[in-house]
Amino acid sequence: MTTMTIAKAINAGLRRSLESDEKSLLIGEDIGRLGGVYRITDGLMADFGTRRVIDSPLAESGIIGTCIGMALRGYRPVAEIQFDGFVFPGFNQITTQLAKMRARSEGRLTVPVVVRIPYGGGIGSIEHHSESPEALFAHTAGLRIITPSNAQDAYWMIQQAIECDDPVIVFEPKRRYWLKGEVDTERPALDPFKAQVVREGHHATIVAYGPLVPVALAAADAAEEDGYSVEVVDLRSISPIDFDTVIASVEKTGRLIVTHEAPTFGGIGGEIASRVSERAFLSLEAPVLRVGGFHMPYPVAKVEEDYLPGIDKLLEALDRLFTY
Amino acid sequence: MATTSQAGAVTDVPQAPGAAAADEPLIQLLDEHGELHADEKFSAYVEDVDAEQLRGIYRDMALTRRFDVEATALQRQGQLALWVPCRGQEAAQIGSGRATRPGDYIFPTYREHGVAWTRQVDFAEMLRIFRGVSNGGWDPRENNFHMYTMVLAAQVPHATGYAMGINHDQADWDAERRAAEGDAVVAYFGDGASSEGDVHESMVFAASFDAPIVFFCQNNQWAISVPFEVQSKVPLATRAAGYGFEGLRVDGNDVLACLAATRYALEHARRGDGPVFIEAVTYRMSAHTTADDPTKYRASAEEQEWEPKDPVARLETYLRASGAGDDAFFEQVAADADEMAAGVRAKAFTFPDPVLEDSFNNVYAEAHPLIREESEWFRQYDAGFADNHTGGAR
Ligand SMILES: Cc1ncc(C[n+]2csc(CCOP(=O)(O)OP(=O)(O)O)c2C)c(N)n1
Ligand SMILES: [Mg+2]
Repeated sequence: MTTMTIAKAINAGLRRSLESDEKSLLIGEDIGRLGGVYRITDGLMADFGTRRVIDSPLAESGIIGTCIGMALRGYRPVAEIQFDGFVFPGFNQITTQLAKMRARSEGRLTVPVVVRIPYGGGIGSIEHHSESPEALFAHTAGLRIITPSNAQDAYWMIQQAIECDDPVIVFEPKRRYWLKGEVDTERPALDPFKAQVVREGHHATIVAYGPLVPVALAAADAAEEDGYSVEVVDLRSISPIDFDTVIASVEKTGRLIVTHEAPTFGGIGGEIASRVSERAFLSLEAPVLRVGGFHMPYPVAKVEEDYLPGIDKLLEALDRLFTY
Repeated sequence: MATTSQAGAVTDVPQAPGAAAADEPLIQLLDEHGELHADEKFSAYVEDVDAEQLRGIYRDMALTRRFDVEATALQRQGQLALWVPCRGQEAAQIGSGRATRPGDYIFPTYREHGVAWTRQVDFAEMLRIFRGVSNGGWDPRENNFHMYTMVLAAQVPHATGYAMGINHDQADWDAERRAAEGDAVVAYFGDGASSEGDVHESMVFAASFDAPIVFFCQNNQWAISVPFEVQSKVPLATRAAGYGFEGLRVDGNDVLACLAATRYALEHARRGDGPVFIEAVTYRMSAHTTADDPTKYRASAEEQEWEPKDPVARLETYLRASGAGDDAFFEQVAADADEMAAGVRAKAFTFPDPVLEDSFNNVYAEAHPLIREESEWFRQYDAGFADNHTGGAR
C-alpha cells in the first residue's frame, strides 16, 4: 500500500502500462515536455521517449483520428484531451468513427483507444474548463465510459482501460486530482465496469460518481447526525451502468438520489431513475430524485457554487425523500 | 520545400526544424535596432504616419504593456482566477488593430488585449472574464469587437461567415465604393490554433467565396509548451498559397510593418479581391498564462534571444533617435499608464457579483419551461438559506 494523489495514481498506472505493453503509447497537447497541464504524464516522455509519449499538434480531431489509425495498426493509444470543453473538435471522430468501427466492420476491427478527459467544475476556472459532458458520450453505443473517484481506482482503471479491446473514455475528476488515498499496486483490481457500495446504509441510497463521491459521502455523514442511515454507491462506470448493484441497494433502502455535476435534463440520472422504476418499482418508498446541474451552460466561476450539487442540495433532497 | 528530381518524382528536402522559417522573407520596416527601412510595396501603406501618430502608437503599446503588468499583479493577489499575458505581442496587436476601421468586425482569440484597446474596449472590461463574473465581458456590438473565444480556432469560421455576409450586403457596390465605405473582417488566432481543422475549413470557404477577411496569425512560437515546429514545417504564411490567396510573413515585433501589412490586406479584402493571410512572427515573452511555468519546457537562452527584439523598446529607440519623442514624452506616457492601471484596479473591485438568475435568464431568447421550473426551484431553495448563509447555498 502506498499513499498517492489521484493525479499520481493515474501517472503511475500509465507508467505501468507503458512498461508492460510495448504497443501502448500516449498522445496529446502538452503531455510530453510539460507533462500535461495537470502534470498527469509528468516524467513519462523523459523515461519512454518521444515515440511513446507524443506532444501532438493542436488539433483534437487529429488526435482522436490518428489514435484510431494507430489502433488499426496494432497500437493501444491513450489520448489526453486537455479539458472537458475542448473535446468537441474531436467529437466527430469519437462518435462517428471510434464508437462505430467495430460494428461497421462486422466485428473484424477493434480500436482499443483510450481517451482521457479531465472533467467537472469547482475549480474557479474560466469558460469550457469545468464541464461534464459524459451524457453526450454515453448516448453513443460503442464507447465505454468510466470515471474513478479515488486513487486506488484511478491507478487500476486507467490500466484496465488500456487493456480493454473497446474504446474507453476515462473521465478524470479534475478537482479531485490532489485527493490522496491508499493504492494497492498488487491487489487484483475491481472490474472497472462495476459499481461499488462505498458506504453502507439502510434508509436511502445516493448514487454518485467521479468528483461527487466525496460530496455524497459527506452528505451521508451529515444525515447520520439526524439519525438517517444513507448508503452511497460509487457508480464508477457510466457506460455500461451496473444496474444490478444500484437496484440491490434500492431494494434495501427504498429511496434513491442520483447526483452528478452534469445537467439533470437528459443526464445519466434520468437513465438510472427509469431503470429503477422498471426493475424496482415496488421497492420505492418515494420517487427517485436527481440532484444535478441546471439547464444552462456551465456558469461563471463566481456562481458555480450555486450551480453545483453540494452537501446542502443532497440534504434537501434527502429531506424530500424522507417526508414524501 | 519539395523539389522535383530528374526522374520527376517529388522528394522532400530535409530541413532542420525552424530552418525553413528563418530563410523565408519577412516584411520589416523598423528593425530591432530601431532603424527604419524602405520597402517597395509596404512603405507606402504607412506614409501618412507622422511623429504625432507614432507617439499615439507608442502610447497604445505602452498602455497595453502596463495593463498586462497590472492584470498579472491582480491575478497574483487572488483578484483574478487567471490572466493571459500579451507581453511581447504589442506591436502585432496595436499595428493590426489600428489598421482597422470602425465598421470592420474583429474576431479575437483570448490574448488580444492590445487589439481590444485599439477598438476602444475599456481595459477594465477585459478583466471580467478572468475575474469569473462574465463569460463575455464587453458588448461586442459596441465596437465591432467580438468576445474572446476560448475554444481555439472556433471563431475563425464565424469570422469567415461574417465576411461572407458583408459580401452579400455589398454585392452591388463597385470596387471604388467598397474601398471607401466597405467593411472587412479580421480573425486572430495563434500558431497552435492554426492546426485546428476550423482554420483549414475557414480558409477554404474564404477563398471559394472571396470573403473580405484577413486571417491574422500571431505566431508567438509557442502553444503552451509546444514549439512552433510541431505545428508546421513551413512558415504558416506559405500555406495561404495552397488555398489560393496571398500570405504575408511580417515581423510581428515591428509595429509599422504590422500596420502596413494589415492595411494592405484589408484594402485587398475590402475591394472584393478575397482574403489575405498574415503571419506575424513574434514571441510570447511571458508565460502562457499565470498558471503556466515556462521553465518546464523552454530555455531561458531563447527568451534572452528575443529580449532585444522587444517591440515597445524598439519603437522607443526610434522615437528618441528621430526626435519624435523626448524624455518628457516618455515620462508622460509612463505617468498616464500608471494612472490607467490604478483606474483599472479600482474598477475591477467594483464589478458586481453575478447571480445565478442571470445565467438562467440568458440561455434562451424566448420563455422556456425548464428554465422557469429550475430557476423557480433554485429561488425557493436559496431563500431557505436566507437566515444563515452569506455566500450562497452549497
Ligand atoms: C480546442 C482547444 N483545444 C485546447 C485548448 C487548450 N489550450 C488553450 S491555449 C492553448 C495553446 C494555444 O496556442 P496558440 O494557438 O499558439 O495561441 P497562444 O496561446 O500562443 O496565443 C491550448 C492547447 C483550447 N483552448 N481549445
Ligand atoms: Mg502561440
